[in-house]
Amino acid sequence: MSNEDFDWVAASGRRAKGKRPEYFEDPALDRLYSVVFALSAEVSALRERQDTVERLLEKNGSITRADIEAFVPTREEGDERALATKAYVSRIMRGFQQQLEAIEAEDPPIMEIVDRLAKS
Amino acid sequence: MSSDLPPPYTALTRHDMMPKASHDEAARFNFLTHFNRYVSGAIGAGNRLAYEKRVLPAFRAEHGRDPEHRYEIRDAMNQDAWHRMWSALKRNSMEMRQHNGRQIVLRQIEELNAKAKRYNDESGMLELDPSVEQPHYQTAVDIHCQPGGYHSEELPGDVTMGANYDVGLFATTGGALGGLNDGGGQAVVEWAKKERPDWQPKRILDIGCTVGHNAVPIALAYPDAEVIAIDTAGASLRYAAARAAAMGVTNIKFIQASGEDLSRWADGHFDWVQTTMFLHELSSKAMPKILAEANRVLAPGGLIFHIEQPQYSDEMPLFEQFMRDWDAFNNNEPFWSAMHGQDLKQVMVDAGFSRENQFTVGVRAVVDPEIFPPSPDEGEEDFGRAAIWNAYGAWKGGEQAVAA
Repeated sequence: MSNEDFDWVAASGRRAKGKRPEYFEDPALDRLYSVVFALSAEVSALRERQDTVERLLEKNGSITRADIEAFVPTREEGDERALATKAYVSRIMRGFQQQLEAIEAEDPPIMEIVDRLAKS
Repeated sequence: MSSDLPPPYTALTRHDMMPKASHDEAARFNFLTHFNRYVSGAIGAGNRLAYEKRVLPAFRAEHGRDPEHRYEIRDAMNQDAWHRMWSALKRNSMEMRQHNGRQIVLRQIEELNAKAKRYNDESGMLELDPSVEQPHYQTAVDIHCQPGGYHSEELPGDVTMGANYDVGLFATTGGALGGLNDGGGQAVVEWAKKERPDWQPKRILDIGCTVGHNAVPIALAYPDAEVIAIDTAGASLRYAAARAAAMGVTNIKFIQASGEDLSRWADGHFDWVQTTMFLHELSSKAMPKILAEANRVLAPGGLIFHIEQPQYSDEMPLFEQFMRDWDAFNNNEPFWSAMHGQDLKQVMVDAGFSRENQFTVGVRAVVDPEIFPPSPDEGEEDFGRAAIWNAYGAWKGGEQAVAA
């Protein structure tokens, strides 16, 4: 079979059959989530690629693109990279994590404290 | 510190049929692996907090009582800002997993198709039957949000669906299923070998096998047995048979057939009928039909064994039921909720497996501990995604029956 006309980029993005839940009142927010996290994945992949380049340069002095493709981290290197990715995810997700803490803390509105300190 | 870190994507065993991921494609899966773990682990607890701190109190204030069904909790939580954000995160991660997997597969689809054809022509382990109709419960929505489901083709006779499932399962499960995504099948084998060390089943049927990742470990563990793995989705079977052949397995055959109609096999033909994470992909009418057929083709003394997530019982808190239901409504698993709400033991009784011959047992994914850390949910709950399952089984009664 000849697939010269097959557009794999377009085909890859096909939607799954079934109505997608709308998570937010404004559909723009649903779209924005998709963009932000796709970009987050790209930044993560770029960082990982840079890590690969640095490791290979350190070891071999010069590299080819084929070297990058063939790179397989050792267990120790894998753990170092995984820790870096974990810390990265923690940075981009800080807002969610801190909101979770806020739900638990139930802080009063800041005005209450402003008022209290003004009087005591 | 590093003990709970997931392994990199490159830790997967690259059998010859596995689509080749580029450096950056693997890195995207690494991100998703971490992201999934973060969403279910680090911030997953926010759902319970939101429920207990504001959703439940508001429900009580409005109704003067507690919720009486998981759907009432669902309706209330779907109005909650935290749960909506959290669900949007999880849904997006599923969609990204599919997109990344499909880019990997489809940019090399011609090569994969040619390779699969070569393996399948040579091995004779694939038997397709285009007259098998795709059941409505497989086509109503694309299960797991996998575009095209498990049955469609991007190009005539292709392996896209199976290849995409195999290439991304690692990220979906946070690496918990091991190097060949076969931690479920390995768990089944480990249980059977421990339970009946001398048992040598001769004929084994796996129903709803998709890419055969859980049937192959059984074939390898019982080399003298003949394993028949069936699925209605020929598109998945093409990849499954080629994958098994690429791994050097010879005692397995992939046949396109529906579990609802096993008429090609005589009564008592099999010593073991297996389903792994499959019953929840059916429908209310199909599940009892398949179980009755399984009972018919199972020999007296034979084993039927189902790996599933735990059923919702009266003892399971409604909030946990609601969380476990998430995939039903957000990840295109439309029978998940109803299936887990059923009394599976009674369904099995109705299919012919007497209650005294039934048992349940907890199993967890068996993976190489040198490479793969324990399932991240050790000690905490992941609500339906954990590689920790309940197995529902029965040793069929009859003359050759041996007490389990």
